[in-house]
Amino acid sequence: MTTTQRVERASGAPDTDKSAFGVRSARAFWRWLTSMRTALVLLLVLAVAAVPGSVWPQRNVSAERVTRYYTDHPSLAPLLDRFWFFDVYASPWFSAVYLLLFVSLVGCLVPRLRQHAQNLVKPPPQAPVRLDRLPHSARRWMPDDAATAAQTVRSALRGRRWRTTVRAQQDGAVTVAAEKGYLKESGNLLFHFALLAVLFGVAWGSWYGWHANRLVVAGDEFCDTTQQYDEYGLGARTVAEDLPPFCVTVQDFTATYLDTGEPSQYTAHISYVEHPGAAARGWTLRVNDPLRLSDANVYLLGHGYAPVLRYTDRYGKVFTTVVPFLPTDGMLTSEGVAKFPYANVAPGGGQAQAPAQVGFSGVYQPTVNPDPAQPKSIFPDERDPALTLRAWEGDLGLGNGAPQSVYELDSRQIALGLLNDVGTHTLRPGQSWALPDGSTVEFLGTKPWITVAVRYDPGEKLVLAGAACLLIGLMISLSGKRRRIWARISPADGGGSLITIGGLARTDHPGFGDEFAGVVRLAGGDPPAQDQEPAPVGTSERGR
Amino acid sequence: MAQLSDTLLIAAVVTYVAAMLGYLVEFAFGTRGAVARVVARPARQLAAVGAPTAGTSPTAPVSPAAGSPVQPGRAVAPREGSPGRAGIAGLIGVGLTVVALGLHSGVLVTRGLAAHRVPWGNMYEFVVTLTAVFAAGWLVLLATRPALRPLGLFVTFAQALLLGFAGLVLTTPAAPLQPALQSYWLKIHVTAAATASGLLLLAFVPAALFLIRAGYDAGKRRFPYPLGRRLPAGEALERLTFRLHAFAFPIWTLAIICGAIWAESAWGRYWGWDPKETWSFVSWVAYAAYLHARATPSVKRTTATWFAAAAWGTMLINLYVINFVAVGLHSYAGVQ
Ligand code: HEM
Repeated sequence: MTTTQRVERASGAPDTDKSAFGVRSARAFWRWLTSMRTALVLLLVLAVAAVPGSVWPQRNVSAERVTRYYTDHPSLAPLLDRFWFFDVYASPWFSAVYLLLFVSLVGCLVPRLRQHAQNLVKPPPQAPVRLDRLPHSARRWMPDDAATAAQTVRSALRGRRWRTTVRAQQDGAVTVAAEKGYLKESGNLLFHFALLAVLFGVAWGSWYGWHANRLVVAGDEFCDTTQQYDEYGLGARTVAEDLPPFCVTVQDFTATYLDTGEPSQYTAHISYVEHPGAAARGWTLRVNDPLRLSDANVYLLGHGYAPVLRYTDRYGKVFTTVVPFLPTDGMLTSEGVAKFPYANVAPGGGQAQAPAQVGFSGVYQPTVNPDPAQPKSIFPDERDPALTLRAWEGDLGLGNGAPQSVYELDSRQIALGLLNDVGTHTLRPGQSWALPDGSTVEFLGTKPWITVAVRYDPGEKLVLAGAACLLIGLMISLSGKRRRIWARISPADGGGSLITIGGLARTDHPGFGDEFAGVVRLAGGDPPAQDQEPAPVGTSERGR
Repeated sequence: MAQLSDTLLIAAVVTYVAAMLGYLVEFAFGTRGAVARVVARPARQLAAVGAPTAGTSPTAPVSPAAGSPVQPGRAVAPREGSPGRAGIAGLIGVGLTVVALGLHSGVLVTRGLAAHRVPWGNMYEFVVTLTAVFAAGWLVLLATRPALRPLGLFVTFAQALLLGFAGLVLTTPAAPLQPALQSYWLKIHVTAAATASGLLLLAFVPAALFLIRAGYDAGKRRFPYPLGRRLPAGEALERLTFRLHAFAFPIWTLAIICGAIWAESAWGRYWGWDPKETWSFVSWVAYAAYLHARATPSVKRTTATWFAAAAWGTMLINLYVINFVAVGLHSYAGVQ
């Protein structure tokens, strides 16, 4: 009858002497795990366990920041890593907490669901003996006999959608029992089951989903294969062949800015082919407007500039390259490098000569800072673009097997004196610079690039549906009120019947007093003659 | 317009402080008895319905405390008389709160006009919105429970503190939104988040006061417990705490859900454990723990309320610490 009983329930059959110690302790553990107190402790632990993920950089959020943390804290980082502090949300201890919580939830919900289903079909419980002791009570007299009066009371209650049962008591009285507010428990169960649905949706998405991203220069095309991505992650139950065979071409990209330099809109026009042989279709990609395909979505994440350089080596051989530069600030001051490993190879194939590969490291300012001491762009749009290049000659170090970043020169080669600085020059679009060895580099202009994320998450819809049910269940549960009303109708001494009505709100319910009074009024009847106080409806203000 | 907005903010803060003085007078000099009596309507429930009830005769009143039928009107009568001098100060406090809220709304309206959009696009605007919800919620609460009035002291105190800080530290020039923020989910998400935060702040007031009161009743006399002497009865405060949380928590849930929907369309994933998201999750779990604790029979009400207070702490961390310290995708704060 009280919540205690329902919630902190003893499990099944009583322990017998014969039951083994193991069984008994397993039962005790189960009882402990599925108790509300334990759920509470686990909830608190869950909240605390989520915090480290906002304190230390997370690999799934930003792998570079983890790398940086490693360089900044070389002694602490490995220790933290050992305890999964860079992968908090995939760590065994975080998983243990939420899995225990959800096991506890299932263990708690299943019996509650059964009990609730029974309550839904069972009639409301017997009336207590002393209805006038309930927080709300009233007495009435009706001229009819007890059975008829009971029907009157009952139909009053049913008219207000109370669930009612009429019972004849042994002492000749008739009782009406009514209950309302079953929805509260239904809502509560819906809420907790929805939590399970959300968890399941998240898990489903992480098994069968995948994500990838890459940088695309305007004019280029990419297809949905793992080889073509800069970075990708496949779910535990996904293989590279599962990726749908679509291709996307980025036609152009425009960004508009406010006078302060803050961006106001990014727009990329793209065309795509859903599968080989399908017709190409167009789409306008915006930040909140992804391209939604049947088995993947394409999102616009970031953008920047890719200077186009034409390098003519000392033998007259021409190389043209488009090099995406990475923004370093909000005004899109961007940095990057261009590498020409095949430059300056003598046409005859002169073997003996020292390598004269060429590389450029550059800073691009879309709107150049008038103060040359401050090579920081003052506006993100290309109002007055300038590219400052530093030329390097020697061995780029590409042959030694170690992977190299396309955004940096190999600092070891520079440190070893194998790659040498041969001067710096600032170029405007269209300008060229003659290097001391007779080669030239020309800055042809820039092309915009964008970064796109491609994602597929089959659990998403389940999570969304779960979240919606969760919210609905929560609102029903938190606003629902369980309440009961009983009436005891006994034949009055002078004819007619005497009715005692009592009401009990089982949860905080400030309006119950009024509701009770309304029911009493609806039931009809008059105040019984022997009552001194002609109080119309005896309702103390206790529900408030 | 933007300038007018800033001027209105100063006026609003000053008016809230003036209102605070009114409430302070009432709180300090008012007759506690009248306050406590009405707020603390006994809320006893019968422990068990089916308890044996033999003995007393049917007509005898059950017990004076549990209250036999009382004529309507009698229970509230003692309060209705003259408000007293302290009460007038309290009424002035309420009046000034209304004026302040008017100015406060003016801040938002002018701001929205200046920026040509809903006025909650950065942290400053978020705090101004949240506090407006807080003040409006307080006035609504007051309309239904006038006896709470002296607690306005704490409401306006928090209000002046938060708004003053927003005006001094957080202000950012009115500007249109960044591309990632241009979504109608943003409007729902941030509106819900600001509403929920404002209401959860309002809910924190009785929670904290209940803890003070309970501490006072338990014999604690160090600051701030002596304040408890003048506070309404613990039970009433606790009940109010729960009802406000029960109202605000679904809104907070809605805010998180809309945020996730927005994140999905902006960044391609509905949840990414970015610091702001992480702390929203922490707060959500903390508030769920509070509601859970309150529904757990074996957990004391004071313990449960401590959870609520701690949960508000996580909201503050999310709002003030994370926006400044953590690097995240929420290009939102707009504070340098
Ligand atoms: C998975 C994490 C959980 C969360 C986030 C959660 C959240 C909540 C919330 C917010 C409430 C208050 C809503 C209301 O009173 O209607 C609640 C109530 C409740 N929860 Fe949970 N819960 C969780 C797990 C559990 C578990 C494991 C159990 C069982 C041991 C449980 C049993 C209950 C019960 C019995 C109520 C109260 C129903 C009532 O008021 O009559 N919950 N929960």
